Amino acid sequence: MNLFVLLTLLQDGLTTGAIYLLLAVGLLIVFSVTRVIFVPQGDLLALAALTVAQLEAGSVPGTLWLLDALAVLAVLADLLAGSRWRALRWLPVPALVTLATLFGPRAAAWYAMPLGLAIITPFGPLLWRLVFRRAAGATMLTLLILAMALHFVLEGAGMVLFGPDGAATAPLTEAAFAVGPLTLSGQSLAVVGLCAALVALLRWFFGATIEGKALRAAASDRLGARLVGIDAARSGGLAFALAAFVAALSGVLIAALTPIGYDTGFAIGLKGFVAAIVGGLVSYPAAAAGAVLVGVLESLGSFWASAYRDVIVYALLVPVLLLLSWRGRRAGEET
Amino acid sequence: MSEALLSVDNLAAGHGRVEVLHGISLSVAAHQVVAIVGPNGAGKSTLMAAIMGLLPRTGRIRFAGAEAGSTEAMVAAGAVLVPETRALFTEMSVRDNLLLGAYRHRASAAQSLAEVFATFPRLEERQRQRTATLSGGERQMLALGRALMARPRLLLLDEPSLGLAPRIVRDIFAVLARLRADGIAILLVEQNARAALALADHACVLEMGEVVLQGPSAALAADPRVVASYLGTGE
Repeated sequence: MNLFVLLTLLQDGLTTGAIYLLLAVGLLIVFSVTRVIFVPQGDLLALAALTVAQLEAGSVPGTLWLLDALAVLAVLADLLAGSRWRALRWLPVPALVTLATLFGPRAAAWYAMPLGLAIITPFGPLLWRLVFRRAAGATMLTLLILAMALHFVLEGAGMVLFGPDGAATAPLTEAAFAVGPLTLSGQSLAVVGLCAALVALLRWFFGATIEGKALRAAASDRLGARLVGIDAARSGGLAFALAAFVAALSGVLIAALTPIGYDTGFAIGLKGFVAAIVGGLVSYPAAAAGAVLVGVLESLGSFWASAYRDVIVYALLVPVLLLLSWRGRRAGEET
Repeated sequence: MSEALLSVDNLAAGHGRVEVLHGISLSVAAHQVVAIVGPNGAGKSTLMAAIMGLLPRTGRIRFAGAEAGSTEAMVAAGAVLVPETRALFTEMSVRDNLLLGAYRHRASAAQSLAEVFATFPRLEERQRQRTATLSGGERQMLALGRALMARPRLLLLDEPSLGLAPRIVRDIFAVLARLRADGIAILLVEQNARAALALADHACVLEMGEVVLQGPSAALAADPRVVASYLGTGE
């Protein structure tokens, strides 16, 4: 391997690492606020990629109708739970998105991408309302089983709605820059830049706005959050919305680099999960380092031993979990 | 006759299937301090949680002229609980904890913050610190301060002196007396029955989930059963 190959691999690793970082952040937000390990994040990623690909082809994606169906179910669930006009709050966003899809210039690349994000992001709060909210007090294992079940349902929905073939989306830019012997792809730069900007935006949201602080408060002390009047159901919905948004964005970005099928999301989501674990499921900067590490390791692995590249990434979990449990035990002894 | 600020009528509540409170009735008038004394396990904390809507309950609770609703609705209406655990956001700064106290009362947050800092100058000195670094007394001040940020009409305080040094307990009770003078009603659960009865206008004795005695706190402080069980004989 020469320097040129190494730099190219590093570029790939950084690009995918940036996407894993987004996924890790989404997982961390949902986990810290609701104790749900959001396994279906990967499926939302795949659905977003397939949705945008279909929009770019000019047709109306099936996920739009799935969204509308979920919204109607959420309204019914709220009505059954006894709320009246407030149940209708689930309708405006899906209605608007439906109109924007049917009557907008959906095949235009500049329109398809944000529209795809707008179709997939509301899945977060809707799935929270329909699947997880009633189980809010359940054990983490119950929540994990629910999350796994939801993953299979969404993966199946992806198969039914989009068929077995993978699809690619249009890149944000076709530009490429020559730096010495190396070609920097514009898409890679755009992905890294967009991810960095989003992470900075999330930092600002959690550090400087009262709604962001309220989410951190809900993560830090559930009872305390309720006692200052933070609505736990709303915090959960917001966390799921953020996670669904970053999953959808990741899907759209990654589908320009490698084709995404209905069943590829899970493995990508799992790598975001590895990145989050490397960050100890607690700290955002540590998850960032973990994500880059996972991306670079995967990229180097696919060069040296491409059949084993997933194994190499998942094997990273073993030493990290050993280290974390060892540290956890030490901390337990000290208190 | 004007309605009490908080009236609890035939309240039953518990954890899961275990009923802890059986038919509790009591009321707190505006500007009044009501103390609840009783042994461990009598259901004092459960009573506070049930009033705040943190537990499923039966019976009737009215607060500020309306039917008591969810926890969020109670906070918005001006009933704020400081639980025994304090339930602070330990990874966040002192200042952020206080600002979140005003989550339902944002328009008055700046003014409330100035008032809380005037009441607890120590919190102003430490406002940039992480809450986990505070001492026990400072945490109790912060818990009280965070509750005051919601501009409460009724404070529900669960064991505010628990685990604190005697000097700090005196400081806390001095603050409570000042809050009462400012017109805030207080429902107080307290192991330190002597201090609680000295502050309160009215008191209830809770045993095995039932109110066994209630009346003006001076009368209760003289009741031989209360003296024997909760006040002891010596000073």
